[in-house]
Amino acid sequence: MIGAVEVTPAWYLVLGAALFSIGTFGLLIRRNPLVMFMCIELMLNAVTLTFVTFSRMVRDTGGLSIVVFVLVVAAAEVVVGLAIIVALLRKRPGATADDVAILEG
Amino acid sequence: MIELIVFAVAGAACLAGAIGVVASSNPVHAALSLVGTLFGIAVLFVAQEANFLAAVQVIVYAGAIVVLFLFVIMLLGVDRTDNLRVEPLGGGQRVTAAVVALGVLGLVLATLASTDWEATGVVGEFDETVPDINQLGEALFTRYLYAFEITSILLVVAVVGAVLLARRVRREEEIVDPGQAERQAEITERIARAEARAAHTDGARDGAAADDAEAEPATEPAPAQEVGS
Repeated sequence: MIGAVEVTPAWYLVLGAALFSIGTFGLLIRRNPLVMFMCIELMLNAVTLTFVTFSRMVRDTGGLSIVVFVLVVAAAEVVVGLAIIVALLRKRPGATADDVAILEG
Repeated sequence: MIELIVFAVAGAACLAGAIGVVASSNPVHAALSLVGTLFGIAVLFVAQEANFLAAVQVIVYAGAIVVLFLFVIMLLGVDRTDNLRVEPLGGGQRVTAAVVALGVLGLVLATLASTDWEATGVVGEFDETVPDINQLGEALFTRYLYAFEITSILLVVAVVGAVLLARRVRREEEIVDPGQAERQAEITERIARAEARAAHTDGARDGAAADDAEAEPATEPAPAQEVGS
């Protein structure tokens, strides 16, 4: 009975949408800059999962290629973002997202 | 059947990890939950025959990015727990955030439900008999060659930016030290003297620079550099 259930691409898309929503929710409710950043990573990963699924659906390598680019951009983004967070937390330990203005000037 | 089990386990790992990221009060636990999500997604990549991307996902995300997160957490010693009972902005912010997140989810699901998947008519060139890494490499180095090259510029810019942002700025503190104002006149005069001597004879130039370098305190290399230039 359960063996008849087939995993369609739509399942992956729904999972990707759920992960993206959880990431959005976390980004909105958390104030620790590191955790907010992890939530952004979560959203990026949801999108890459969606891209891979679409790539398989339409049998095209474009989706796979863009995942490579997303990985590169995510790596660059993490490097710069963590440098900003290091500068922020060094200036004021325990800083939250409200304190980013202290980096001004 | 196997695919269903794989999807269920990996999907559960993804969702559990995602909830862990959002709900753990300790950033270290959040980072470790993120690893669970990333591994789950890598498994789902394998399930969809994107083997190369699954390997890259594990190496780059779980191997590099999460380690970078943990480095920053440990380096700065911010691994204390956040008080999650306090709403950051108060006034029903969490409710609003939940409404927004559910709205995003509903929007995507509505789009999925209303799309006619059979009517795309796209005929892709993906060949199941060729390994995905071959086809991906071919696409990257032919069709997306310029984009691929531009990512190298992006990485260089990111590295330079990270070094610039994260380095400690000490120079400004040295410039405004207490003795600076009193010695400023002396330093300026010495530079002027050295320049006059250098202009007078080329041979005296080296000697003046050497004298000044000797006379300067070790903490102030700037005037000696100006003489040298």
